[in-house]
Amino acid sequence: MDLTLRVWRQPSPDAPGSFETYPAEDIDEHASLLEMLDIVNDRLTEQGVEPIAFDSDCREGICGTCGVMVDGKAHGPMENTAACQVHLFNYRDGDTITLEPWRARGFPLRKDLIVDRSAFDEIISAGGYVSVNTGSAPEANLTPVDKGTADLAFDAAACIGCGACVAACPNGAAHLFTSAKLSQLNMLPQGQPERYARTQRMVTIMEEYFGSCTNYGECQAACPQDISIDFIAMMNKDYRKSKFRNRRAS
Amino acid sequence: MQLDAKIPDGPLEEKWDNHRFSMRLVNPNNKRKFSVIVVGTGLAGASAAATLGELGYNVKAFTYHDSPRRAHSIAAQGGINAAKNYQGDGDSVFRLFHDTIKGGDYRSREANVYRLAQVSVDIIDQCVAQGVPFARDYGGLLDNRSFGGAQVSRTFYAKGQTGQQLLLGAYQALMRQVDAGSVELHTKSEMLEVVKVDGEARGIVVRNLETGEVTSHAAHAVVLATGGYASAYFLSTMAKNSNVTAAWRAHRKGAAFANPSFTQIHPTCIPQSGDYQSKLTLMSESLRNDGRIWVPADPDDERAPADIPEAERDYYLERIYPSFGNLAPRDVSSRAAKRMVDAGHGVGPRKNGVYLDFSDAVGRLGQDKIAERYGNLFEMYQKITNENPYDVPMRIYPAPHYAMGGLWVDYNLMTTIPGLFSIGESNFSDHGANRLGASALMQGLADGYFVLPYTIGDYLAPHLGESPPPTDHPAFAEAEAEVRDKVNGLLSVNGTRSVDSFHRDLGKIVWDYCGMARTEQGLEKARSEIQALRDEYHKDVRVLGENETINQSLEKAGRVADFFELAELMTIDALDRNESCGGHFREEYQTDEGEALRDDEHYAYVAAWGFEGTGEDPSLTKEHLAFENVKLATRSYK
Amino acid sequence: MADTQQKPTATTPPPKQGQRSWIAEFYGSALGKKYAMAITGIVLLAYVVVHMIGNLKLYQGPEEINAYAEWLRQIAYPALPEEGGLWIFRVVLGGSVLIHIHAAYALWLDNRRKRPAKYEKRDYVAVNFANRTMRWTGIIIALFIIFHVADLTLGATNPDFDHADVYGNIVASFSDPLIAGIYIVANLALGFHIFHGAWSLFQTMGWNNRRFNHWRRYLAVALAVVVVVGNVSFPLAVLTGVVS
Repeated sequence: MDLTLRVWRQPSPDAPGSFETYPAEDIDEHASLLEMLDIVNDRLTEQGVEPIAFDSDCREGICGTCGVMVDGKAHGPMENTAACQVHLFNYRDGDTITLEPWRARGFPLRKDLIVDRSAFDEIISAGGYVSVNTGSAPEANLTPVDKGTADLAFDAAACIGCGACVAACPNGAAHLFTSAKLSQLNMLPQGQPERYARTQRMVTIMEEYFGSCTNYGECQAACPQDISIDFIAMMNKDYRKSKFRNRRAS
Repeated sequence: MQLDAKIPDGPLEEKWDNHRFSMRLVNPNNKRKFSVIVVGTGLAGASAAATLGELGYNVKAFTYHDSPRRAHSIAAQGGINAAKNYQGDGDSVFRLFHDTIKGGDYRSREANVYRLAQVSVDIIDQCVAQGVPFARDYGGLLDNRSFGGAQVSRTFYAKGQTGQQLLLGAYQALMRQVDAGSVELHTKSEMLEVVKVDGEARGIVVRNLETGEVTSHAAHAVVLATGGYASAYFLSTMAKNSNVTAAWRAHRKGAAFANPSFTQIHPTCIPQSGDYQSKLTLMSESLRNDGRIWVPADPDDERAPADIPEAERDYYLERIYPSFGNLAPRDVSSRAAKRMVDAGHGVGPRKNGVYLDFSDAVGRLGQDKIAERYGNLFEMYQKITNENPYDVPMRIYPAPHYAMGGLWVDYNLMTTIPGLFSIGESNFSDHGANRLGASALMQGLADGYFVLPYTIGDYLAPHLGESPPPTDHPAFAEAEAEVRDKVNGLLSVNGTRSVDSFHRDLGKIVWDYCGMARTEQGLEKARSEIQALRDEYHKDVRVLGENETINQSLEKAGRVADFFELAELMTIDALDRNESCGGHFREEYQTDEGEALRDDEHYAYVAAWGFEGTGEDPSLTKEHLAFENVKLATRSYK
Repeated sequence: MADTQQKPTATTPPPKQGQRSWIAEFYGSALGKKYAMAITGIVLLAYVVVHMIGNLKLYQGPEEINAYAEWLRQIAYPALPEEGGLWIFRVVLGGSVLIHIHAAYALWLDNRRKRPAKYEKRDYVAVNFANRTMRWTGIIIALFIIFHVADLTLGATNPDFDHADVYGNIVASFSDPLIAGIYIVANLALGFHIFHGAWSLFQTMGWNNRRFNHWRRYLAVALAVVVVVGNVSFPLAVLTGVVS
């Protein structure tokens, strides 16, 4: 099929950027969006044009490396699908596709469609873990966890850290990402001892980089893992409790 | 080259315990006087860096990803094995050990594998304590599923995202140490050289992928946890950025490379749909628990699968291997699929797949139960193929997936370069000629959490009081210059073809001749074709852009250059091994029924190759494998 | 973390722990401000509902509603001076409005900083008219409050304004189609504001239970509809002559 691409090109973080238009002709409809970019890049290379820089790695929707605004939607037109798993049979011959990088203060642009998401790592390092040294763990089946809680914790833990929630949020907020990790750990018995200290620290770091939640729900709609904004409510509750019950971060 | 595997004396069950006792220790106050570099932050690297940090070492961790959470360990779907025997179905450490040795077709080291089985139980405890949300049953206890190559249920899982959950657990443990200041994390930093001083590994040279800056880092020891090399095939289940570069540069510096031809072709991947394709997507092997594999008995049968009556279907795995059926090990299932497709029974538009059919399971358990077990995999399949697997059977075909081969390491996981360790998929150690499902996660975490942190102390202890060399040491300057030369060399070729186009051509040669079936003639042809293509590559590759900003073509160009050299070694190793075992199937060596024919008398060894120069014949050193606790037998899954 | 000089820059300094009272520290965080908005929102929402219900006495005639107004002035009398109770309500409500506005403004300012660049193309999936316009409906409501107090508490629009004759004041004001129109528009804005705000406050307060979550939407719709229908009926009733 024949498509036209409009792509944001920006050679370096400080250089000005602009949209460029490239033809993407004669491409198999079973190719993915990113495979189309591969093909276009190969052709650009032959023409002596520097290929479009974009992030991707596993190409099966789990590593969270890819992430691009496709026609104004994070990861493109399909629900709960990362850009690498959007295949062209979802488009019509002759369509124009606009590709833009994630845009948020917390995700500074590096080049073309690549942004820096290391603020997410900082949020995790502020408490997105259970403090258990290797070797000190008790026998695994000593602490039963009811299936409902375990399954819900998994739903939260499924986050791939792609940043689509931030990209889709009109406020550039990272509440869905942060609350997913917080809810996973705060729900499980293993996460209880650090529950409130963790909540305070992670929220504090989150707010340094990202905006606040106005309950638009765009994040949930953009999430490739369909993570629910219910987890945001859980985070709000735990943060409030951490303050009101005077459970201070040590 | 001399190889000493340093396997401890004593009975198998006591080797690891005795060894832990006899190893030298670094006392807690002295640990902070040692620095350790860990390259790669996947399952093995992150768990090792975190644990070393907890112990008090100064750790520097490097990854070319933007975050440790991106490592390809994240894509492991099915699960992780452990000899917990929670199901009471007769599992034990010895059984896991035995299954793994047998599954590896008797080409792995007994002592290493036994230790792996021993620590497997600790891994589950550790991960549960970290908050990894494993699947549980209604009583709140951990659930298990069964997996290929085993007759017990010992696989722990978190839906189809077990690798993700385990990696995130290790990543979080790592970030905890980053927060505590014991680990210094360097992202977007690709290791391009190992630096040796007085014959021992004392540092690395890395290139920053955002700024092009080349820097040196010194330490008392270097750990490579850089994953496998199945991307040599171009089309594989690996991530786009997975590469062999770190391991290969270490190999060029003197680390022996073991069994490079032992690669695993995973039986259940979505068949290739076109020439544009960038990767193959795995469908978890766990699907074989409930799915039945079949092809039309008549090669010319063009009917839709639902219209083909039972009597005209060939459930060939169930027919040939009645006791294991659809759960036959990976190499066996893969080859069976290849035989069926080669014989013209293939299905789908390109006739390049076999059916994996869930209609019986849906009938038996109901669609809800199947959705609960495999829902996310079914969705993924539909996204990629535009077909609904509840209605139409999945089509699958084998694809390169894992590398059993890797850097040669001794029992302590140290390579032939003193001070250079290799863990996880980047070493060759535990899987022999074929890895069983759900064992990669087990090995990565065993190495990282429970083995390396002990054994590295034994190496470091005598070096107390020594400082790492300064980074302006001539050895670093030389290595940095090498890196810069390579980068500038690639940028200045200015030929006509993209890096990817070369990689694709290379991958096709390796797949055609060093893939699921190999012949002497084919391998010789492959070697010369690889050499010719490599020469062309260095004359005709086109890398645009500059070194100083993000340049993905340049990154790939360096990696593909290393794949060319590795690919040649793969063919050499496959040629050397005049037998069939596990994933290495030489057509000349097969039984009348087409099964692999091992030659234990002549080939029960690890082939460790030394680098002698690009295009030169490498040197071969053999580590003979002794089997004292299992009886060498022809694998039978019938 | 990365060896690059250009880290994402934090735009909000971390709150200084331990130097301020916990409540200032809490309010200093964005989540704290959201919480303040939710609490004040609950207060204001409760007031709006009660206010609307009280005003239904309009339909019972002048005596009833004037007596009701007088009763309001007598709340807690003689424990407090006359209108003392009323003034406590006024202070709480006024304070709530100020806090609500301050928090909203501070969050809006911060969010603008956190999202400096716009997309050229943006296709929203989940946002609706109500949540996209919270800022504007909020401003309309704030201006309306000023107008409403001037109109029916201070009598600025009515030369014949009489504190004791609430009924007469209302009929006088609403007989002017312009003033009636202002009330109608403002209450429609209020309806949208309540529709998103009432749902939103459950999220912010963390009142979350998967079994009941879908009821939060219904409740928000019900509150918005009841308040709008009630309040808009008054000017319409006067304009159409049902009340005169």
